Amino acid sequence: MMDSITALAMAAWAWFPAGWQLLFANLGKIALIIMPLFLAVAYLTFAERKIIGYMQVRIGPNRVGPRGWLQPIADAVKLLFKEIILPTRSNKFLFILAPVLAIAPSLAAWAVIPFTDTLVLANIDASLLYVLALTSVGVYGVIVAGWASNSKYAFLGAMRCAAQIVAYEIAMGFALVGVLMAAGSLNLRDIVLHQAGNITDWYLWPLLPLFVVYFISGVAETNRAPFDVAEGESELVAGFHVEYSGMAFAVFFLAEYANMILIAALTSIMFLGGWMAPFNVAPFTWVPGLVWLLLKISVMLFFFLWFRATFPRYRYDQIMRLGWKVLIPVTLVWIVFMGSVMFLTPYGQVFH
Amino acid sequence: MSNTKHYLNSFLLGELWKGLMLTGRHMFARKITIQYPDERTPQSPRFRGLHALRRYPNGEERCIACKLCEAVCPAVAITIDSEQRADGTRRTTLYDIDLTKCIFCGFCEESCPVDAIVETRVFEYHGEQRGDLNYSKSMLLAVGDQHEKQIAADRAQDARYR
Repeated sequence: MMDSITALAMAAWAWFPAGWQLLFANLGKIALIIMPLFLAVAYLTFAERKIIGYMQVRIGPNRVGPRGWLQPIADAVKLLFKEIILPTRSNKFLFILAPVLAIAPSLAAWAVIPFTDTLVLANIDASLLYVLALTSVGVYGVIVAGWASNSKYAFLGAMRCAAQIVAYEIAMGFALVGVLMAAGSLNLRDIVLHQAGNITDWYLWPLLPLFVVYFISGVAETNRAPFDVAEGESELVAGFHVEYSGMAFAVFFLAEYANMILIAALTSIMFLGGWMAPFNVAPFTWVPGLVWLLLKISVMLFFFLWFRATFPRYRYDQIMRLGWKVLIPVTLVWIVFMGSVMFLTPYGQVFH
Repeated sequence: MSNTKHYLNSFLLGELWKGLMLTGRHMFARKITIQYPDERTPQSPRFRGLHALRRYPNGEERCIACKLCEAVCPAVAITIDSEQRADGTRRTTLYDIDLTKCIFCGFCEESCPVDAIVETRVFEYHGEQRGDLNYSKSMLLAVGDQHEKQIAADRAQDARYR
């Protein structure tokens, strides 16, 4: 019985032309990345509410399901059944397009993330450049949303977001220049392979200032507290997505959290040795690489939530000062310092 | 020197780390949440909740329609009408409290010379339609009949402070 079913499936598979087979195989792989990602987003929102609750001496959601574990499911179902309201004077086409523009880059960037040595959807040479390009495209979703809503609050949020992302994109890019100088490659897989060995071989140590700058810029890029002026619920109601409801709002929400996970994953890959175990000895190497990567991502995500529970929102001019007058000079100085050490002194090995 | 120190401190995010440590410590602190339907906070015997009209032990209603509560009510939530009964006593024919107007200040209870109108410990009540929270005399008397034991106990406990 089983044999005949397998044989039938094989025959059906062989019936498709080779191009279609490739397409199906790739769609399957994409689903294998996206589905766990969505699940992770759902439970990241739960973790956020729980952790922030605990830090505020509350206990957080615990009513839906055992210990509240079904809360994100309930939230998703609620949003699914809500009406999507189109404001009368809005630009309908752009209004619907904006959430799509927001979520597409944050999902597409996962194509080049190396989960383990072999587990990567597209192992392309310039994957670092690809990631950098896609994370900056995400801002279009926010700006289009703010503009299409035809609302003052949404527009103000979009404007702030645009200025902020432009400022922090530069610091972020410079921080990554340091990484590619050290690794000598734009390929994320090669970057991780360069950090092979113990915890001391990770880029975290030689590139410590760049690591800090990159992570701070990452928090700013994803519009998370303390850089959430684009949403600024105490000033702008909800910022760029005031007018969105139901699933359209949920897509923005999804994009924000997917971006958070993406930034955490990139930080782990570029500074924390990706799938590498912290010590190259027996008990640590038994754990599969994917688990180490997920562990590192979780730690970085915890920092995102910890920041939100701790810091008050930056004032707009403070954000600009920090971005242009602190983070960018720091990265520039460190890059020049790195370059001088690597090419003018015999101590260049420190950065390899 | 102090300038350099301040600069270094802010550059190395000194204060921010302190803040993170604070919230980090609180994460492990004992949680103070009261899970309301399952757990409840203690109530004072002076709790000012839903109103009630009381009766004497023989079943006669206490209210003599002096209208002091109506006069003192800062939210003008009480409406009273009265007439003389066959036995010569004055009683209310209408005693309405609009709970949507009421601010639960307790002045009505303070002003009442016969302890007729009181505020009980009941706070879990609701209305599903407009007018549901406009309590009439019969409703208030019913609340009083239902909670008389608690009301009397609370008044007795508070008596020595009045």
